[in-house]
Amino acid sequence: MGGMLFQAFVYLCAAVIAVPVAKRLGLGSVLGYLVAGIVIGPVFHVVGSETEQLQQFAEFGVVMMLFVVGLEVKPQLLWQMRARLLGLGGLQVLATAGAIAAIGMLLLEHWQTALAAGLVLSLSSTAIVLQTLSEKGLIRTDGGQASFAVLLLQDIAVIPMLALIPLLAVPHMAGVAQHAAAAAGAGAVQAAVGGHGADMSLVAGLSSWAYALVVLGAMAAVVLGGHFLSRPLFRFIASSHLRESFTATALLLVVGIALLMTLVDLSPALGTFLAGVVLADSEFRHELESDIEPFKGLLLGLFFITVGAGIDFGVLRDQLSTVLALTLGVMAIKGALLFVLGRLFRLRAADHWLFALSLAQVGELGFVLLAFSTHNAVIAPEQAKLLSLVIALSMLLTPVLFIGYECLVLPRLRGDAEQPADAIDEQGTVIIAGGARFGQVVNRLLMAAGVRTVVLDHDAAIVELMRRIGIGSYFGDASRPDLLRAAGIEQAQAFVVAIDDRDRAVTLVEYLRREFPRLRILARAFDVDHLYLLRTAGADVALREVFDASLELGAATLRALGRHPFDVEKLKRAFRKHDMETLEELYELWDRDLELSKNRALLERVRARTAAELELTARDRTLLHDRSERGWTPPPRGYTDAMESGESDDGPTAP
Amino acid sequence: MLTPSEPIVAMPTAGRILVLFAHPSPVRSEANAPMAAAARRLDGVTFVDLYAEYPALEIDVDREQQRLRGHDVICFQHPLYWYSTPAILKEWQDLVLEHGFAYGAGGTALRGKVFFSAITASGAEAAYCAAGYHNFSIRELLRPLEQTARLCGMTYLPPFALFGAGTAVDEGRIHAHVADWVRLLTALRDGRLDMARAASLPRLNHDLDGLLGAVGAALEG
Repeated sequence: MGGMLFQAFVYLCAAVIAVPVAKRLGLGSVLGYLVAGIVIGPVFHVVGSETEQLQQFAEFGVVMMLFVVGLEVKPQLLWQMRARLLGLGGLQVLATAGAIAAIGMLLLEHWQTALAAGLVLSLSSTAIVLQTLSEKGLIRTDGGQASFAVLLLQDIAVIPMLALIPLLAVPHMAGVAQHAAAAAGAGAVQAAVGGHGADMSLVAGLSSWAYALVVLGAMAAVVLGGHFLSRPLFRFIASSHLRESFTATALLLVVGIALLMTLVDLSPALGTFLAGVVLADSEFRHELESDIEPFKGLLLGLFFITVGAGIDFGVLRDQLSTVLALTLGVMAIKGALLFVLGRLFRLRAADHWLFALSLAQVGELGFVLLAFSTHNAVIAPEQAKLLSLVIALSMLLTPVLFIGYECLVLPRLRGDAEQPADAIDEQGTVIIAGGARFGQVVNRLLMAAGVRTVVLDHDAAIVELMRRIGIGSYFGDASRPDLLRAAGIEQAQAFVVAIDDRDRAVTLVEYLRREFPRLRILARAFDVDHLYLLRTAGADVALREVFDASLELGAATLRALGRHPFDVEKLKRAFRKHDMETLEELYELWDRDLELSKNRALLERVRARTAAELELTARDRTLLHDRSERGWTPPPRGYTDAMESGESDDGPTAP
Repeated sequence: MLTPSEPIVAMPTAGRILVLFAHPSPVRSEANAPMAAAARRLDGVTFVDLYAEYPALEIDVDREQQRLRGHDVICFQHPLYWYSTPAILKEWQDLVLEHGFAYGAGGTALRGKVFFSAITASGAEAAYCAAGYHNFSIRELLRPLEQTARLCGMTYLPPFALFGAGTAVDEGRIHAHVADWVRLLTALRDGRLDMARAASLPRLNHDLDGLLGAVGAALEG
């Protein structure tokens, strides 16, 4: 227990110190984690042997990340990406593996080793690239999307690679391999193939067609289960109104799918991605995203730390020039090929550079394939150690490339013609909190005006009802900052607060005003007191929910009594104006700590204003000349006589 | 005693200008929108988008009267609808030009000010004459406004008009028209417009160079 707490303390310390510093310096969190790992591992030796085990655990962060990524990718989007996914991604893997293998054949003894090295090095780091892209807000750019397509295909490509590598075994290496595998930690191999190893595989010993059937069955289970079973389950859980039970369900979902994939020897990351895509259309999407997000972030951070901590400085010192040359060589080849492919697929200037620079490293899946290759006697343990260093170093250099992109590439391109802004998917320009009777009308009006909206409601039944009539809405408690972020608060222009809870509405407005000073906040108030509270909290507009409806009903009543409709309209306008002025006046006397019924000054003013109101309407009935009649009043009798005789010298007259 | 044949202000004086703009669908406007944008940018011009300020046609009479008091030149800028103004400008007249303010006993608030319209019409200028499709000249059609101005004791100037407004963009005439608009407003603001001559023209942009040049020469001489 003490040891575990100590490790947790060290890792958390490293993260807590290094990441904010790195971000402050503009280096991004990934580099911060990597450096933290180097400091606690190879430099100060605070942590050591447990790093590898931790890494397997931390790789679950990658699985979660792909789930969250999947939530952002609707099936239609995936279908639109198919050309890039297969073309760009497929060519990247084949060309890179081929080029590196060809060079490897000149340097290495066995072509098998060269080919395996090519496969290992062709992969890029999903963890680093996606984390950095989303952190810098580049994931939705064209270049970001192209990078994403390639990364996704690489994740898929690992499956055939794992099947191919055992066939490449170099006979005389086999003896050493058994020993090496044990030393290098066979766990890493199993983490890739499935986390728990062959002992739990459902497909061991199956013929290939049976295996194919099982794989398809598992995929179908994820897709159909995600589509049909998840909603009733989530709805049931949501009705319990227990936040942690929803979080537990979300985790269960991800772990369960990862387990299923593991049992059939498929990549858990791929499975959860698929589940994410299936759920991308679901009303629970934002809620799931914000529930998984913190776990994903922590585990990914841990993963990056273990990469940093795992760098073997002994080997690095002994073979510094070789490692450096190999790393830079590999990155140069990958970058160059990516650049050519980017040109081929018509990426434009900034996107083109982003694409080439972001994917030039070797990824975490490389470690996995490397261990697997060693285990299968394709790559010798010493070579594997060297390549591990190359992978780690290339990952360490990636944040540097991103900084280069930002500091060198972007400023130079900025002079070029302005590119059209990239489309932002599902980031509503207006977020509406509360989708019940009130928010619903607001939303319908905005939608009719062509405004993009995201409606959030904490009642799963309301969300379901609205979805049934075709209004896009999501389940979730709008007063939670993480959910607001998932719903795209950063891109929102305006926020409508229409939630049923008086106090939470005020707290929400306070939070929004503090965090997003430029956001327009429009709030529904229950009564005058609530309206003043909302105004004090920072709402730009606050309206009493029943005022207009009451006024309309009053007007309808007057019409029912036989009053002329336009007279009623005029009276209504005058009344409304008077009331609005009163509201402004009373705000100055209002005291949030004093109950309205005890605020004497305010009550006195209300009495005076009400008297004025009665007087105003009374005068209207007798004199025909007051605020409600203004301007439609005829001139005084006899006015034209004076004008025509030319006697008046007060005003201009006609001849 | 003032009569229509005797304009109140014969000699130009520098003035603060109030442009009351009325267009119920400004996003579709091709001619009024660039004119409005140019007027907004001019110093000494108060630009009021009436439909934006009173979307429910609930005109604030006190505010509008205060505005009138604070300016020397009043301009209605609008497209010509049924030979007249869009509805909100008629409502504005009905409400703001009250007895005791604009006319009648004590109604001297507008006395001595200058009034004119800046209109855009879709028909060709040739159609606006006795022999044409619209039977009357543009100045004749705007007689109600002319008489309103006179009853309020204001100097009435003929309209600053753009004809064939629907095709003005395609035919590349907008740019010159907006430039003329800016010249006219600037001259009115700086008191460089020959009022006596302007009052007799069929429209203000009939001979803008002459209107501006003559005064310039007179002042220099």
